[in-house]
Amino acid sequence: MTAMLNVKDLRAYYGQVQALHGLSFALNEGSLTTLLGANGAGKTTTLRAICNMVRSTGAIEFEGKSLSGRSTENVVRLGIAHVPQGRGTFTTMTVEENLQLGAITRSDSKNIVSDIERMYAHFPVLKERHTQQAGTLSGGEQQMLAVARALMLRPRLMLLDEPSFGLAPLIVRDLFKILGKINREDKVTILVVEQNAQLALELADQAYVIETGKIVMSGNAKEIASNEDVRKSYLGY
Amino acid sequence: MELFTNQVLAGVATGAIYACMALAVVMIYQAIDHLNFAQGEMAMFSTFISWQLMQWGIPYWWAFLATLAISFAGGILIERLLFKPLAKAPVLTNVAGFIALFAIVNSVAGLIWDFTIKQYPTPFGSSPFLGSQLISTHQAGMIGVTLLMLVGLYLFFQFTRIGLAMRAAAALPESARLVGVNTSWMIALGWGMASAIGAVAGILIAPVVFLEPNMMGGVLVYGFAAAVLGGLSSPLGAVIGGFLVGVFENLAGTYIPGVGNELKLPIALALIITVLVFKPAGLFGRTIVKRV
Repeated sequence: MTAMLNVKDLRAYYGQVQALHGLSFALNEGSLTTLLGANGAGKTTTLRAICNMVRSTGAIEFEGKSLSGRSTENVVRLGIAHVPQGRGTFTTMTVEENLQLGAITRSDSKNIVSDIERMYAHFPVLKERHTQQAGTLSGGEQQMLAVARALMLRPRLMLLDEPSFGLAPLIVRDLFKILGKINREDKVTILVVEQNAQLALELADQAYVIETGKIVMSGNAKEIASNEDVRKSYLGY
Repeated sequence: MELFTNQVLAGVATGAIYACMALAVVMIYQAIDHLNFAQGEMAMFSTFISWQLMQWGIPYWWAFLATLAISFAGGILIERLLFKPLAKAPVLTNVAGFIALFAIVNSVAGLIWDFTIKQYPTPFGSSPFLGSQLISTHQAGMIGVTLLMLVGLYLFFQFTRIGLAMRAAAALPESARLVGVNTSWMIALGWGMASAIGAVAGILIAPVVFLEPNMMGGVLVYGFAAAVLGGLSSPLGAVIGGFLVGVFENLAGTYIPGVGNELKLPIALALIITVLVFKPAGLFGRTIVKRV
């Protein structure tokens, strides 16, 4: 397998404060990888650095193309969809408009219509509410909308920032099931940042553990799940 | 009763101009969260351009269209050269930028076309509208053009992809970038459209106030008032605000003793402050529905 995303010696800064201290990792095409870590470890920053939303140095390559110096929207146009923390829902627009925005860079209007239908098949509740203002959806529904919006890009790589945040456990299970399905059926490579380590490790095939801006552990998700340190620190048993 | 109808209609007619200016103000406010103090001067300059084109023998409507195109391009140019570099600057720096733009445009217009008052033609004529003595055909034309523009903008923002992208960029710039919208160009586009809308306002009011570099001073204040009254987040609100301010101003001038022409403006502003005390987002400003 070839690495689809290659991150080398990534350092990121918020003003004077350095948040990432030389992070390196790689994602294989078609993989579902999770990035675990405590609050403030640098998980969100890593995703933001990939999309050039934070000042960073180091090399990030996506399918052989360097991402440095590209604006956020140009990174997205390469086929990288980013579901940000807080979901980034356009709350004043309708559900359907949110989905159309996800496809705003595409020009194949026929396929966009059928993709919207596909999203409604994945997430029936969105179809029920397609004319509703997105801000009136529940947290779980908004998270589904955010995932659907990201998929409307027909991304090659999807970055998810704590999709489980603030959701009821049952809804999280549903959502993760759908993510697994998207990964297998639509061949979308997924990198998911999570605090809910147990669920994330069940879902993922690869895992990285990050602590204070550095990768401290990496490997197969099952191995990581059975690692004693990880169990104590992140799984809590 | 006839006096009342008369005053209301005259108010609606001037309100149409305030509505145009308010629309232009709202367009830029949506894009960059600042009030463009130079909006009126830009509109005045556009009007002079159309006047100049007509002086060169170009027919009215061709001059009108050419002016819209030139104003659109000019608005984009101003944003790229002056306000894009200021995007991350503090508010006061931006305000200084607007005032500088105001002064520059005003003096350059005076330099090129001097400060004497000029006649400006109307394509609608100034005979009574449909035989009634209440409003003239020019006033009816102003109302018609404003409403057409509002409908056009509504269709653009609701039903085109660029309109959708512009709304997204205005609502949540970061999320918009994450779906691939080039927010920086959306802002420039907003400036171009605002500048063209302002040009329409200038061209429509010029036959009434005559053409000269200071023609838009009062109009812009009313335009701001209308935009704030209607709600800075709502183009429809801006237009309704424009009509309301126009009508209220006229009625106050006619019926409240001692107000007359001189005190119209303070009365109109007092009304606006009253509304804002009770509805801070303006009459039609969106109160965002949000579940937390």
